[in-house]
Amino acid sequence: MNTNLNISNSEYDDLISQKAQKSPILRNVIAAFIVGGLICVLGQFINNKMLNLGIDKETASTITSISLIFLAALLTSLNLFSRIGRFAGTGATVPITGFSNSIVAPAIEYKSEGYILGLGANMFKVAGPVLVYGISTSVILGFVYYLLNYVF
Amino acid sequence: MKIGKQTIKLESKPCIYSTSSIVGPKEMQGPLAQYFELHIKDVFFEEKSFEKAESKMLETCINNLLVKTGVSQSDVDVIFSGDLLNQCISSGFAMRNFDIPFLGLYGACSTFCEGLLLSSILIESNAAKQVVASASSHFCSAERQFRMPLEHGNQKSPLAQSTVTGCGSALVTNRAVADNGIHITHVTPGKIIDLGVTDMSNMGAAMAPSVYSTISNHLTDTGRTIDYYDCIFTGDLGVHGSDMLHELFKREGIDISKNHKDCGVLIYDEQNQDVNSGGSGCGCIASVFSSYIFNELKAKNLKKILLIATGALMSPTSSNQGESIPGIAHAIAIENEV
Repeated sequence: MNTNLNISNSEYDDLISQKAQKSPILRNVIAAFIVGGLICVLGQFINNKMLNLGIDKETASTITSISLIFLAALLTSLNLFSRIGRFAGTGATVPITGFSNSIVAPAIEYKSEGYILGLGANMFKVAGPVLVYGISTSVILGFVYYLLNYVF
Repeated sequence: MKIGKQTIKLESKPCIYSTSSIVGPKEMQGPLAQYFELHIKDVFFEEKSFEKAESKMLETCINNLLVKTGVSQSDVDVIFSGDLLNQCISSGFAMRNFDIPFLGLYGACSTFCEGLLLSSILIESNAAKQVVASASSHFCSAERQFRMPLEHGNQKSPLAQSTVTGCGSALVTNRAVADNGIHITHVTPGKIIDLGVTDMSNMGAAMAPSVYSTISNHLTDTGRTIDYYDCIFTGDLGVHGSDMLHELFKREGIDISKNHKDCGVLIYDEQNQDVNSGGSGCGCIASVFSSYIFNELKAKNLKKILLIATGALMSPTSSNQGESIPGIAHAIAIENEV
């Protein structure tokens, strides 16, 4: 028997792609659309309710965001959000609910290593990059906006 | 005695005298539930952290092995044990309560066979009479070290595997001390094979080439063919990794799919247990061998098997740095000679 593998890295890579089960993209996209859409409907519902109560537009949007963040944090701590996430993928993680989940999940997980070096240091492990690049992008875009409007 | 390029023939044929297994709740819902000796109802196992739970499982597993065989701690010469956690803490902490020399191993998911291999060589060389080989893994502790926090809502690749919560321990003895007919006749330590797979969620494919290398070298060294064995058990290639292994053999004109089984596939019901490509982790082959396979050997439903534990020797750091995954596989030939 041949004890050497007569296969190059690229040939093996091709073989893997041939044999690998693909992610069910259509199913995932539909699930993401439905769940993501429902989260947005819920957000809109809260927003409309607040506006009907006579709260001004800006405060209403803040209350909407806070409510969704709270709900996602609650569902995360009840071990339900991970199930929704597994079902809906980006439909659950792209809205603000996913942001909340990505902070609460490591917080729960790292609590066993203490409040400072565990929870405190690891809470933004998943959301950290989003914050860094999200804030950096908005600063850059703000600068461009300033240049376009006030300089030229 | 070394034969061929990388196989050691054990003239004294050390005996695997007894085994002990313990698994978690998810494994108890799988098809092998009836074979596991002990199980925990809750993943915390009455401890405060998953790491402590894993350590306690390992301790319980080894204790059970010693109690049921009636072997006292002073009669065990060495314990080999390993796990997936950084600095092998599950094993190190579990061993605090044993008055037995301990050698910690890290071979990722190949640890159990690495332990059996070293145990049998110690016995062959007369350096020891009774040795325990163990390995453990825990879904929750491994998941948080290698992947995402447990509560994080994400979708997994269909190629990803699910770490088994489980431990297995085996008591390997010099036949003059205790013998039940189940002997380790040959061992083949594997070489690292790396065909450039970088996808951490596709460890099965990363390890399959090393399994091919170990099996083909073992058969060449011993002059045996695939059919010599009733079954070749691999550790945790999963569904996809097994497929890749079969393909690699097919390219050489050999069909091994008929007498190959993978512990990662056996331990879960792939259709209904949401485990994607199957089980993985040191505890996978350790618990499946120590329960189902050992039972089949004792019942003589299996007489000659090749047990191959497979390891993916990457870390989250190496993967983040873009490194590929080095695969390893160690083989143990076990024969029931009664």
